[in-house]
Amino acid sequence: MLRLEPRSTQSLSAAWLSPMLALLLTALTGGVIFLAMGKDPTTALYIYFVEPLTSSSGLSEVAVKAGPLILIGIGLSFGFRAGVWNIGAEGQYIAGAIAGGGLAVYWYESTSSFLLPAMLLTGILGGMAWAAIPALLKTRFNANEILVSLMLVYVAELLLVHLVQGPWRNPQGWGFPGTRMFPDAATIPLLFMGKRVHLGSVLTLAVPFIAWFLLARTRFGFRIRLFGSSPLAARHAGVQSNRIIWQSLLIGGGLAGLAGVIEAAGTIGQLMPKISPGYGFTAIIVAFLGRLHPVGVLLAGIAIAVTYIGGEGAQISAGLPKAVTGLFQGIILFYLLAFDLFTRYQVVMPSRQTVQ
Amino acid sequence: MIELILTSIMTMMTPEFWISATPLILASIMTMMTAATPLVFAATGELICERSGVLNLGVEGMMLIGAVFGFAATAVTGNAPLGLLVAATSGASAALIFAVLTLNLLSNQVATGLALTIFGTGLSALVGFDYVGKTIDQIGSIEIRVLNNVPIVGDELNRLLFGHDPLVYLALLILLGSSWFLNRSRWGMILRAVGDSDVSAHAIGYPVIAIRFAAVTFGGLMAGLGGGYLSLVYTPLWAENMAAGRGWIALALVVFASWRPARVLFGAILFGGITILQLNAQAAGLGIPASFMSMLPYIATIVVLVFISRDAIRIRLNAPACLGRPFRAER
Repeated sequence: MLRLEPRSTQSLSAAWLSPMLALLLTALTGGVIFLAMGKDPTTALYIYFVEPLTSSSGLSEVAVKAGPLILIGIGLSFGFRAGVWNIGAEGQYIAGAIAGGGLAVYWYESTSSFLLPAMLLTGILGGMAWAAIPALLKTRFNANEILVSLMLVYVAELLLVHLVQGPWRNPQGWGFPGTRMFPDAATIPLLFMGKRVHLGSVLTLAVPFIAWFLLARTRFGFRIRLFGSSPLAARHAGVQSNRIIWQSLLIGGGLAGLAGVIEAAGTIGQLMPKISPGYGFTAIIVAFLGRLHPVGVLLAGIAIAVTYIGGEGAQISAGLPKAVTGLFQGIILFYLLAFDLFTRYQVVMPSRQTVQ
Repeated sequence: MIELILTSIMTMMTPEFWISATPLILASIMTMMTAATPLVFAATGELICERSGVLNLGVEGMMLIGAVFGFAATAVTGNAPLGLLVAATSGASAALIFAVLTLNLLSNQVATGLALTIFGTGLSALVGFDYVGKTIDQIGSIEIRVLNNVPIVGDELNRLLFGHDPLVYLALLILLGSSWFLNRSRWGMILRAVGDSDVSAHAIGYPVIAIRFAAVTFGGLMAGLGGGYLSLVYTPLWAENMAAGRGWIALALVVFASWRPARVLFGAILFGGITILQLNAQAAGLGIPASFMSMLPYIATIVVLVFISRDAIRIRLNAPACLGRPFRAER
């Protein structure tokens, strides 16, 4: 029988190969699923994985969807590296959109050029505040951050629904839930006429590089990496676990909040009961698929965004339910986790062993 | 104002009030039990799984898978017991994916559990696509007439004790059985040993991986059953994401119960009670926005978690020592 032996260092080639293999195998599995559903697998796979990249409007949509995924994914990767499991980014995203979007709702006639920067800032603060709850409860009361941050997703969703149906509802909206459309001063400018891609996408591109610098070149990044790989060694080196928990949750929450306010002020232009197709949860996959590395997360965010747009296209042109996208995302992560074995272990042939 | 309170207290002291209120109170307890049952199923399964040292965060996903496959099977065949069986086995099959990844391929349990939930959400939405809005025959209550001849409260008490749907009793039975298994049976002791010290259990010669496989599968079976209860009995219909966080609440319940089965029941009834309370309060229209009332179960989960976890030492004493850690046999 084959045996597994731990590697002394993680295999770099396996680390980069496994996401590619995971994507490839997901596509193959997807083909089988399409076949089972009675669709032509090659056409369906083309619609999912290639078509979004063949037109300028497709590319624009990919950029729109990749933005929040990358922002949230980068934020989460800090925490995941440190072993802090913030899985409530969806709630922090909504909190950011509420906090930032609230300014546009109250100053709906404003033309001030300070409005948009103020919104982005309050959006970050809103996401941070929402993430501060699990951080506080974890550090002060030892409450599990996974469960607390997740429960707060439901609370944030219900809060948003309450606001856009009640106090913040557009008085000229014929009773439909949703706020007024944001004024121009509160809207992120578009990059091209007629496309939905906006300046927020450019802002997003800068974040992975800042994150890379922080992780690879600063003491803070070193502490995060040390804490994740060996909490005990980190404690002996004087790293305070509470500080790491606070820092990683605030970074994750802040970036999720920023993603939320950018979505509200850029892509949607108002607040509605539902402002996310599950970005906060999908970003978990993006973070892992990108191997928790900022540049990896950037690439993974684009790849997953393609499947989102592909899913929308498949719904329209092939009558496939949108849920297929969610299924794909789960399968990608399964494959990825399976291949992870080979980054940490090597397969050894027993014949090489001598009989003792 | 004071007069009003006094008179209401006076009314509450009279036996007539209690006789007239009994049906309402009993009805509330009845609905509380039905709200608690899916949580009892899922939390009991997860508890056994965690006692073997495996943390499966995929409960929500397995519940959704159980709910949709159970509903589909019943909608196609018209056979509700078969639907429940399908719900349980589909939950267990989903758990097997998790087991292979975490136990054989040594993947991170937290990440794999999340993957299972994401996978389950997607798969259930896809499978359930054609079943949204369809209806099935609900599994009714079995009424065993035992206490009917007792005067005054006979009817109601009979209904309270014996008037639930059969699954409520099944859930209680499984809970009792699990408690017995963990504390009184030989294999239960071995399972706890595996969860508390996998290396020692392996050294003695117990099959650590096989035992964990069984525990994870049992967790999936129960989560699937809990999901099936939701789509076949509780609401009888399928809606996307219908578990609405119950899988996560079940995970919190295990912590709340300090990994002891008997306390799961208490926690589940508490949460069932909160769910029913907020639904009733919404119906009564207390002037509190409906969204805020709907937040209650989630906020209550956080409050309870904080309350329980405060004492870090107690958690460390009660939690299985190997919870979440991968195990690889050295030889």
